[in-house]
Amino acid sequence: MTIPNNTAVAFRGVTKTFGEVYANRDVSMDIYKGEILSLLGENGSGKTTLMNMLSGIYCPDAGEIYLDGKPVAIRSPQDAHHLGIGMIHQHFKLVDVFTAAENVLLGVKEKGLLDLSAASEAIRRICATYGFELDPSMKVYDMSVSQKQTLEIVKALYRGANVLVLDEPTAVLTPQETEKLFTVLREMRKDGKTVIIITHKLHEVLAVSDRVAILRKGEYVGAINTCEADEQILTEMMVGQKVELNIERREPVNPVLRLQVKNLSVKGHEGEDVLKNISFELYGGEILGIAGISGCGQKELLESIAGLQHVEQGSSVSYDTPDGKTEELIGKDPKQIKSMGVALSFVPEDRLGMGLVGGMGMVGNMQLRNYTMRKSILAEIKHSRELAQQIREELGVVTPSLNTPVRRLSGGNVQKVLVGREIASAPAVLMTAYAVRGLDIGASYTIYNLLNKQKEKGVAVLFVGEDLDVLVALCDRILVLCDGHVNGIVDGRTTTKEEVGYLMTNLKSEGGTNHE
Amino acid sequence: MSNTSVAAKKPPLFHIVGRGRGQLPFYQAWGIRLGAFALALILNAVFVYLVVGVDPITFYQTMLKGAFGKGFLWPTIKTSAKLLCIAVALAPAFKMRFWNIGAEGQVLVGGIAAAVVMFYFSDLPAVVILLLMMIVSLVAGALWGVIPAFFKAKMNVNETLFTLMMNYIAMNLVNFFYDLWKGPKTALGKINQSTHAGWLSSLWEKRDANGYLIRGEESLFTNSDFWFVVIICVVAVLMYFYLKYTKQGYEIAVVGESSNTARYAGISVKKVILRTMILSGAICGLCGFLVVSAQSNTVSVSMAGGYGFTAIIVAWLSKFNTFTMAGVSVLIVALEQGAAQMANEYNFMGFSVAAADVMIGIMLLFIVGSEFFIHYKVMFRKSSKEVAAV
Amino acid sequence: MMDILVSWLQQGFKFAGFLALAALGEMIIEKSGSLNLGTPGTMCVGAASGFISVFLYANSVAAPNPLVLILLALTVAFLSAMLMGLVFGFFTVTLRINQNVIGLIMTIFGTGLAKFLSDFFVKTESGNARCQAAFEVFTAKIPFLSDSLGIVSKVLFNYGFLFYLTIVIAIGAWLFFKKTRTGLNLRAVGENPATADAAGISVTRYKYLASCIGSGLVGVAGIFCTMEFKSGAWAVADIDSIEAFGWLAVALVIFALWKPINLLWGSLVFSICYWAYMYLPQMLGITVSDDLAQMLPYIITILVLIVINLRKSRENQGPAALGLAYFREER
Repeated sequence: MTIPNNTAVAFRGVTKTFGEVYANRDVSMDIYKGEILSLLGENGSGKTTLMNMLSGIYCPDAGEIYLDGKPVAIRSPQDAHHLGIGMIHQHFKLVDVFTAAENVLLGVKEKGLLDLSAASEAIRRICATYGFELDPSMKVYDMSVSQKQTLEIVKALYRGANVLVLDEPTAVLTPQETEKLFTVLREMRKDGKTVIIITHKLHEVLAVSDRVAILRKGEYVGAINTCEADEQILTEMMVGQKVELNIERREPVNPVLRLQVKNLSVKGHEGEDVLKNISFELYGGEILGIAGISGCGQKELLESIAGLQHVEQGSSVSYDTPDGKTEELIGKDPKQIKSMGVALSFVPEDRLGMGLVGGMGMVGNMQLRNYTMRKSILAEIKHSRELAQQIREELGVVTPSLNTPVRRLSGGNVQKVLVGREIASAPAVLMTAYAVRGLDIGASYTIYNLLNKQKEKGVAVLFVGEDLDVLVALCDRILVLCDGHVNGIVDGRTTTKEEVGYLMTNLKSEGGTNHE
Repeated sequence: MSNTSVAAKKPPLFHIVGRGRGQLPFYQAWGIRLGAFALALILNAVFVYLVVGVDPITFYQTMLKGAFGKGFLWPTIKTSAKLLCIAVALAPAFKMRFWNIGAEGQVLVGGIAAAVVMFYFSDLPAVVILLLMMIVSLVAGALWGVIPAFFKAKMNVNETLFTLMMNYIAMNLVNFFYDLWKGPKTALGKINQSTHAGWLSSLWEKRDANGYLIRGEESLFTNSDFWFVVIICVVAVLMYFYLKYTKQGYEIAVVGESSNTARYAGISVKKVILRTMILSGAICGLCGFLVVSAQSNTVSVSMAGGYGFTAIIVAWLSKFNTFTMAGVSVLIVALEQGAAQMANEYNFMGFSVAAADVMIGIMLLFIVGSEFFIHYKVMFRKSSKEVAAV
Repeated sequence: MMDILVSWLQQGFKFAGFLALAALGEMIIEKSGSLNLGTPGTMCVGAASGFISVFLYANSVAAPNPLVLILLALTVAFLSAMLMGLVFGFFTVTLRINQNVIGLIMTIFGTGLAKFLSDFFVKTESGNARCQAAFEVFTAKIPFLSDSLGIVSKVLFNYGFLFYLTIVIAIGAWLFFKKTRTGLNLRAVGENPATADAAGISVTRYKYLASCIGSGLVGVAGIFCTMEFKSGAWAVADIDSIEAFGWLAVALVIFALWKPINLLWGSLVFSICYWAYMYLPQMLGITVSDDLAQMLPYIITILVLIVINLRKSRENQGPAALGLAYFREER
C-alpha cells in the first residue's frame, strides 16, 4: 500500500459499524500537510465518526490510519494527543467548574506539580500568536459559546497539535465570530499546521479551505481543489446526483387563518434574547417553512406554541378552532391545550428524547397520545395497538414486532412512527422540526408526501427545515429566522435558495419583523 | 512523544460495544443468567469446602433442607414475603428511575407508627385499632417517601443521598421509641402481651369471661403468617397490574424513560414523582404495619431486617416485574435459611450464620454481573491484517 | 464542668479521627464519580481483617514486636479493603453495573465477611477478644506534647499516631486535588468523564485507582476505629456499629461538601452531636435522648444537601458525574 509522502493523515480501508449500520465503509483518503481541508457531507454521512476515529474516540472495526506515512494505532484520545492530533468537538469537552488554565492542563503529561501561572503564561502567548482573546482564570461556566470554542482551540494548540480537526465549528458562531475563526485557521496554516473542518455549509467551504473531501453515506466520494469547485459541483458530489427534488406542490385551497403568533419573545438561560417579537400567521391548507441557521430559535418557537417553553410577557399565540372560536395558547401546558380541543400535533427535533419513548415499542408510543382516552383508571391500549399496526402497514415501518423498543429501529423508521402518530390524531395544526434529518431519500419522500396530504386536507403545516432545496420546493411560504428575529417571509414559489440563504445570514435591521 | 512508540503498539485486541439493535433473544439472556447462577453455586460450594470441609453434595442437601425442608418451608415463605413486599414497594420508584434507597427507613417508620397506635390506643376494638394502625403506617411510610421526592421534584436534590440519610433518622426514631417504652426493663418484649391489642391474631382470637384466651381449632385462616403472605401476594399482583395496565403506571414508565417526553405528552413530571413516591413509601409503611401486627408485635431496628437494602437489589434485578421479584426474593431468603441450617449443623467446624451474607454476596455479584454480558458484547478486531510495527 | 467538657472533646476527637479517615476514603472514590455505598462493608472488612491479623500474631509470639503489629494491622486492613474496592471497581467500571446496586451488595457481603472471619478466627469463649499489645502501640501518645501542656495536651495530644496521620492525609489530599496534575485529572473524571477521556485521561484507570486507594483508607479507618475508639477490644457485635459508622462517613462526605479540609472540622461537628447525650446531662443538666442526638448528623446532612441545591453554587456541589457510569462508545 503506497502512502504519498506529503500526507499528514491517510485513511486506508477504514470501516466502522454501529450495530448493523455502517457509519463508515472502506474509507481511503489522504490529507496533505499544511492544508485546510473541508470534510463535506450531509447529515449522517459519517464525517464525525471518521474524525472520531482519528482522535481516538472510536476504534475502527477494520482498516488503518497513517500519520506522516507511518501506520498508527490510535486506541485512545491520549494516543491522538501524542501523535499531535487535536479535535474540537461540536459539543465542547470542557469541565464546567474548572478555569480555562485548568482545562488546558487537563491530561497533559508533564513533570512536576500543577503550575497554573506557567500555563496561563503559555495561553497568553498562544493567544498573542494567533490573535485570540481568552482569560486563563475564567471559569468555563461563565464563558460564552465562542469563548469556549476559543478555549478548545487553545487547548489543542497547547498540546502541540499539528493536525487540528474542527467539527462544525461555525454552527454556534455569529458571522463576525466565524470570520475571526477563519482568520485564525489561516494563521495556523501559515504555521504549517494541517486543519480539517467538518461542515455542511458550502459557502464556508469555499471561503476557507484549500481542498474539499466529500463523504456520502459513510463512503468516501472524492476530493476536489476548492479553486476548481463551486456550489453546484460540491452539491452534486455530496448528494450524488443533481438536486432534482420534484416534490409535488399544489396551490393552497381555501386557506383559513388557523394560528396567529404575535410578539412572541423568549429569553435563554442567561437572559439573552432567543426569540424577539416574532409575529406571523399560519393558514390551514398551507405549508409554512421556517428557515434559519441551526439554533437560532426554531426549537423555542415550536415549543412555545406547544406549551413547552416559558415565554416573555406580551407574547401571544392564538388558535382559531374550525368552528370559529379563538383560544389563547400561551400560559397553557400541553395537557390544557389538548383539553381545550386544540388539535395540535408536534414532531419535535429530538425524536427519541422528546417525541417518543425510546424504550417502548410502537404500541407504547401510540399510547403516549391516547392513554388517557378511557374513563377508567386503565390506560387505553386496544386502539393504540390497532393504530400501531395501521401505521406499520401504511408507512411500511420495518420493525421485528409492535413491541420492539423503537430505540432499536433505524432513524427513518423512528421518524415514520412519530410522524404517523402525530398525523393520526387528525390535527388542525401540524408542526415538524427537521422532519427528514438523517433519513434516506426514500424515507424523506414518504414524509414529504405525508405532509402534502395533510396540507390538502386543510391542515396548517409548520415545517422547520435545514435543507434549502427542500424548503424552496415544498413550502408555500418560507419564514426566515435570523438571530431570533423574523427576517422576512417569502413566497416559496417565487423565491430562490440564494434569497433565503441571504436572509438567514444577514439581519435586515432591529425592527425587521414587519415583512408580512 | 515519538510517533514510533505509539505506532509500535498493536491495535486493541477487543473492545466493548452495546448490543444496541442486536438484542439477545430471551432464552440466551436467561441462559447467561442461569450460567452465572450455576457458577455462583459452584463457587459457594468451593468456599464451604475450603472452610469447613463439607463436600458439595452434603452442603447443598443441608442448604435445601434448611430452606425448603419439613418445618423450614414456612419460615422461608414468610420471610421471602417480607422481602418481596419491600421490593414491590420499590418497583414503581425504580421504574420511574428514582433511586429510593430509603425503603429500610420507610418500613421502620411504618412499623413505628403502627406500634404507637398499638401502644397508646390499646383499648379500641380490634378491628378499629388494626385499621387505624394500617392507615397511620401507610401515611408515615408515604411521608417518609414523599419528603425526598418533594425536594427532588422541586429543586432536584439528589434522591439517592437524601433517602439514604432518611433511613438513619428512622432508625434512631425506632430506637427512641424502643428506649422510651422499654423503660428500665432490659428489653421491650412484645407490646400488649396480655391483651393482644393490635395483633393481627386478635381478629379471630376468642377469650372467655375472664379474658383468657380460648384455644380454638388451628387452621390456616387463624394463622397470622398466612394472612401476612396472602396480603403481600395480593399487593404484588396489584402492583403488577398497576404498572402494566393503568394510566398512572404508564405515566411512571414515560417519566422513567425521559422527562422531556413526559412534558411533551402533557404529563406533569413533578406530580408523577410525588405520587409515585407516596405510593412507594406507603407500601413500605404497609410492610412495617404487617411486620408489627402479624409477626413481631413489637418494634426494633431489625424489624426490616436490612431487607430495605436487599430489596433494592431484588427490584433492580427483576426489572420491575413483580413475579420475577418473588422468585429472586425466595432465592435470597432460601440461601439465608439454608446457611442458617449449615451454621446450626456445622457451627463446631467454624461455619457461622454470617457465612450466609458472604454466600448471598457472591451469588448476587454473579447474577448482577451477568447483566453485562446480556447488554454488551465484546468485539474482537475483525481485520486479520496486523498493523506493521515500524 | 471543665472535666466533662474535656472528656466530651476527647470522645469527640477520638470518634472524629476514624470518621474523617473513612470519609476521606469515600471522598476520593466519589471524586472519581463513583458513589460507593459499599463503604460500610469495606470498613468492617478492614477492621475485622486488621484486628484478626494482630490478634493471631500477638497470641502466637511471647513478645510481639510493636513495629510488626502496626505494619501488620495497617497492611492487612488496607489490602483487604482495597480488594473490596477492586471488586467494586470491576463491577461498576468494567462491567458497568449500577453503582448503588453493587455498593449495597458490597456492604452486605463485607459485613457478612467481617463477621464470618471474626467467627472463624477469633475463637474465644464469649466471642469477645482484646489485643492489648496492639492497643498499646496504636494509642501510644506523643512524648512531651501529650502531658506537659495541660488542657491542650489532654484535648489535642491524647491520641495515637493514626489520628495525626489522618490530619496529614486530609491536608495531603487537599494539596493533591489542588496542586497536582493527577489530582486535577481525577477531579475532571468525576466532573465530566467524557471530557477527561477526550483529554487523554484514562477514566477507567483513575476510577479503579480511586476505588482501590479510597477503599484502602476506609479499611484503615476500620482498624483505627477498633484500636483507638474501641480500645483494642473486639466483638462480633461491634461490626454492626462499625457499619453504622460507615454510613455516617458517607453522610460526612456530603456535609463536608466534598472538600478534604472541611472533613477535619466536619467530623468533629458530627461526633460532638453524636455524643452530646453522654455529656450534656452532666454539664448543663439537659437530658437528651441518645437516639435523637445521633439522628442529628443525618438531619444536618440533609439540610446541607438542600441548601447547596437552593443556592445553586457550582463550587459546592458534588462531582457532576457522581453515580453515573461512563461508557465511551455509547451513542
